[in-house]
Amino acid sequence: MSEFQHTQASHCESGVMSTMLRHHGLAISEPMAFGLSSAISFAYLPIVRINGLPLVAYRMPPKWIIKGLQKPLALKMRFETFRRPEDGVRRLDQLLADGQVVGLQTSVYWLTYLPEDLRFHFNAHNILAFGKADDGSYRISDPVAEMAVTCPPDALQRARFAKGVLAPKGLIYYPLGRPQEPVWEKVLPKAIVKTTRIMLDSPLPIIGVRGIRRLAAAIERLDIGTQAQHSKLFIGQVVRMQEEIGTGGGGFRFIYASFLQEAADRLAHPVLNELAETLIDIGDEWREFALATARMIRDRDPLQPALLAGRLRRLADREKQFFLDLRRAA
Amino acid sequence: MRDADVPQEGNRTLGGHRKAVYAKGDDGKLHMVASAGWEVEEIVTAQAVADLERLAADALARYRAGLTSPLEVQMHRARMDIPLLAQATGLWQWRVRRHLRPEIFSRLSPALLHRYADALGLDVAQLKDVA
Repeated sequence: MSEFQHTQASHCESGVMSTMLRHHGLAISEPMAFGLSSAISFAYLPIVRINGLPLVAYRMPPKWIIKGLQKPLALKMRFETFRRPEDGVRRLDQLLADGQVVGLQTSVYWLTYLPEDLRFHFNAHNILAFGKADDGSYRISDPVAEMAVTCPPDALQRARFAKGVLAPKGLIYYPLGRPQEPVWEKVLPKAIVKTTRIMLDSPLPIIGVRGIRRLAAAIERLDIGTQAQHSKLFIGQVVRMQEEIGTGGGGFRFIYASFLQEAADRLAHPVLNELAETLIDIGDEWREFALATARMIRDRDPLQPALLAGRLRRLADREKQFFLDLRRAA
Repeated sequence: MRDADVPQEGNRTLGGHRKAVYAKGDDGKLHMVASAGWEVEEIVTAQAVADLERLAADALARYRAGLTSPLEVQMHRARMDIPLLAQATGLWQWRVRRHLRPEIFSRLSPALLHRYADALGLDVAQLKDVA
C-alpha cells in the first residue's frame, strides 16, 4: 500500500472520502465526492437542539456522503460501531496494524489538537486515522487541518464515544475492495437530479428550499426586547452552522458549484458552467447574509430580525429558481 | 467569491490555523484557497464562547454564594448543559438537576461522583475543586 498523504479540505466528510479514495487509487476531488453523493441541502431542525439552539444544516446528515458514494463508485463501505469503548479501541488498533486507513466519527470537543475556541460538543466530525506514533498516540488526518496531526489515545477514545445528539458510538468505516472509475455520463446526471429532488420536493417543510423559508419565519418571530440576547445567540448559531462548523464562507454552495464545473467538463455540457456561476453568486449572497447577521450581533447595526428574514426569503427564491434550472439542465 | 475576496483578516478563534475555502480564480474555475479567517466567523464563534463563559462565571458566583454545587460550574466549564450531561452520565435529567443542589451534591456517593467526573473529563478531586 502506498504512503498515506494528508490533504486539507473544506468540509470534513467530503474531505475524508476524497482522501480515502485517493489512497485507494481513485482520484476523486472533494467537490466531486460532495456532488456525486448529492450532499448539498438545507435543513432547519427546530426539535434537535444543540446547547438549547435549533440545528441548522446546509448539507445532508452525517454519513450521507460516505454511504452515497458506494453505488456510483461500485464501492462497499464497512461501518462498525461499538457498545463498549474498549472493543472500539481494540478494533481500530487492529485495523491500523493491518495498514488500513480508517475513517472515524468524533466529537470536536475532545480533539485536543483543535483550537480551544472551536471545541464545542459537535459529534459529527469526520477524521482519518492512518497509524500510530511511537508514543502510542494516533496519527490523524483531519481534513480541516493544514497538516496531519497526532492525538493522544484517551482524547481520541473520548471523542469517539462522546454522548449526545448524533453520538458517534465509536463509528469507524473503511472500504472493502477497490473503488471503480464510474461511468460519468450515468452517475452525474443521476446525482444532480437527486439533489434537485431533495431541495425542491421534500415532503417535510423543514428540508430544502422550504426549510429556508421556515427558518426565515422563525427568525422573524425573534424578540428584540427583553429576549434580545437570546435572539442574537439564535442568529449567531445560524451563521456558525453556515460558516464555522465544517466549511468556510457560504461553503457548501461553493463546493457544489465546483462540482458542477467538474461535471460540465466530464460531460462536455457547458450549461452546467453557467449554473455554477449562478450558484457562486448565491453563495456570495449567503456570505452577505452572514455579514449582516454578524453586524447585528455586534450592534454595528440595530437588531432587525425582519431584515434577515427578508434576506433568507430572497435566498430561498433564488435557490428555488436555481434548482429548477439545474433539473432542466440535467 | 473570487480569489481576492477570500478573507485573510485573521480570526483569533482559529488559533493560527488556516482553513481551506473554494474561490474563483482568473480562469473562472473554483479552486481551493487557504484563508486566514473571516471576521464574521470570529464574531459568531466568540459570541458562542462568551455565552458559555458567562454561564460558567454565573454558576461560579452562585457556588460562592452557596446556591449551587461545583457540579454546575464544571458542567458549564465543559461546555455542557443538563441534557448533554445526563446523556454523558446515563442519568435522568431530573436527577442531574437535583444533584446540582449543593446540599444534595455534598451527599453524593463516590460512585456517582466518579461517574460525573468521568463524563466531564476530570477526576473527583478536580470536580469538587472549582476555585
